[in-house]
Amino acid sequence: MIKSNYLALLILALVLAFIPLAISNVYYLGILIFVGINSLITIGLSLLMGYAGQISLGHAAFFGLGAYLSGVLSTRLAVPPVSALLLAALFTALVALLIGLPTLRLKGHYLAMATLGFGQIVYIVFNAWVEMTGGPSGFGNIPRLRIGGVVFDTDLKYFYLVWGLVVVGLFFAVNIIHSRVGRALRTMHTSEVAAGTLGINTVRYKIQIFVISAVYASVAGSLYAYFVTFLSPGTFGISFSILLVTMVVFGGRFSVWGALLGTAVLSILPESLRIIKDYDVLVYGAVLLLVMIFFPEGLVGLIGRVFRPRSLPEKLRT
Amino acid sequence: MTLGSQILQYIISGISIGSIYALVALGFNIIYNTTGIINFAQGEFVMLGGITAASLVTIFHVPILIAFLAAVIIVTAAGAFFERLAIHPLKNPSVITLIIITIAGSILLKGIAMFIWGKDTYFLPSFSGDRPIHFLGAAILPQTVWILGITGLVVILLSAFFKFTLAGKAMRAVASNRMAASLVGINVKKMVLFSFALSAAVGAVGGIIIAPIALMDYDKGAIFALKGFAVAALGGIGNFGGAIAAGLILGILEALGAGLISSHYKDAIALMVLLLVLFLKPSGIFGSAQESRLKKF
Repeated sequence: MIKSNYLALLILALVLAFIPLAISNVYYLGILIFVGINSLITIGLSLLMGYAGQISLGHAAFFGLGAYLSGVLSTRLAVPPVSALLLAALFTALVALLIGLPTLRLKGHYLAMATLGFGQIVYIVFNAWVEMTGGPSGFGNIPRLRIGGVVFDTDLKYFYLVWGLVVVGLFFAVNIIHSRVGRALRTMHTSEVAAGTLGINTVRYKIQIFVISAVYASVAGSLYAYFVTFLSPGTFGISFSILLVTMVVFGGRFSVWGALLGTAVLSILPESLRIIKDYDVLVYGAVLLLVMIFFPEGLVGLIGRVFRPRSLPEKLRT
Repeated sequence: MTLGSQILQYIISGISIGSIYALVALGFNIIYNTTGIINFAQGEFVMLGGITAASLVTIFHVPILIAFLAAVIIVTAAGAFFERLAIHPLKNPSVITLIIITIAGSILLKGIAMFIWGKDTYFLPSFSGDRPIHFLGAAILPQTVWILGITGLVVILLSAFFKFTLAGKAMRAVASNRMAASLVGINVKKMVLFSFALSAAVGAVGGIIIAPIALMDYDKGAIFALKGFAVAALGGIGNFGGAIAAGLILGILEALGAGLISSHYKDAIALMVLLLVLFLKPSGIFGSAQESRLKKF
């Protein structure tokens, strides 16, 4: 299983390497960069949803923390971008730990509620802490990302940077799934009690995955900040958190590849079909509902069913 | 205005907004008790109630009483429709599935509202004018009296419904033991449908009575859902008395916080309370820890 994942990763990396040669239009390249940034968040989120069986309704806030912390540190305190990115990720991990520790110890879905509330609080702070964040109108002049002597100032360079990190993120996620943690989480899915009697500390693994998924979002946020160089709170509200969940579910929440697929489709379609942009809320609501009722394993599950019509629904296939 | 009467003023406005939160929380509890589902679409019922009544009155010049009843009926139908469409077809859904489904329902309802009403803001005139009543130096809007009266009436009607009617008793039976209820011949699926319809109706009433104070637009649902959920959690999920007390407490806290500390962070107060409750006492201040251990959501 893991070998086919590595093969898929290699193919993805090769395809990605040649995409900029095929696409010269800067506008399309920009869209693909956003697809990459969103994918980084949804890969982490799909680990949480598909493997830890939990849902976060506040991932836009972790994304926002990454973006605002990087932006503020780099513009106001002149911290080098890479250090700012790492500091932001560290801080976000701590925040996630603080939320996860009390709520993931409880049965059920307290995490969903806590992340929903937390997400809204972060959104309010972005709006209200005007001296630091610029309030509702936001703040700009964020410097470009610089690693060593390389400044990532063109879309082409940024494309390779973002998608390079997506490939690394996928590689890491695939390894987690096939590690001790991943196996433990899969056992937990079948029966939490059985997992417990085998000595698996389910709570600890759930917390680890939650923190990791928050770090994915934070890194994506930093990348977003250095790409658009301007931040305003509108990007980081509840509706984006829900859109991220929609992407994961649509693509197939039991596979990290599903997250990638769902993100790509739901990020590119609205750009090409005007009607989706105008009635985005309606469309996303309908998509989410239909997928959940008719094909809960999402696009990946649907594709799997087409190729292997008689096979049993193999949950948690990667 | 003296500080005392100012505080009284805040408390009164806190009680009126708190009543609405309590109604939303009651809606959460009705569905939770019969199904174990936290219905994320609860806030959309509030928004639909308010926006339907407001547009009936301002655009079609329907008398307020008729608009009120019509809006409640329409939203109740929407609640029932939502249950048939999204909840009914599921077989043995997991909790995560139910959460995603109700979220999907909430954005779908929001999207439909945006389709019908656009992004405009709708205003419902007060039920009986805007001339304030003076009381111990505080000015009370007549709408506040309506809000308190109607909330009280809803609470009384609900308790009577659960206590004396067959449907109410059946819903309580389902709440306490689903399997046993179906063994004595209660149609559990029907009770689930009832619970969504009833909860939508309660949410709609909240939306209609608050509309003259808070403007309504398609996007208003989420914040009502969040605060209503904070109230339900504070009162102990499933606990009706707790929801009412917690609603009033949170409403007053919010009004005092906004008036005396900072209005920027007004909306954050309820959410901070929510996080504190989830972290420190997930059974809520009025829920027993033992009881909540048996529950899961």
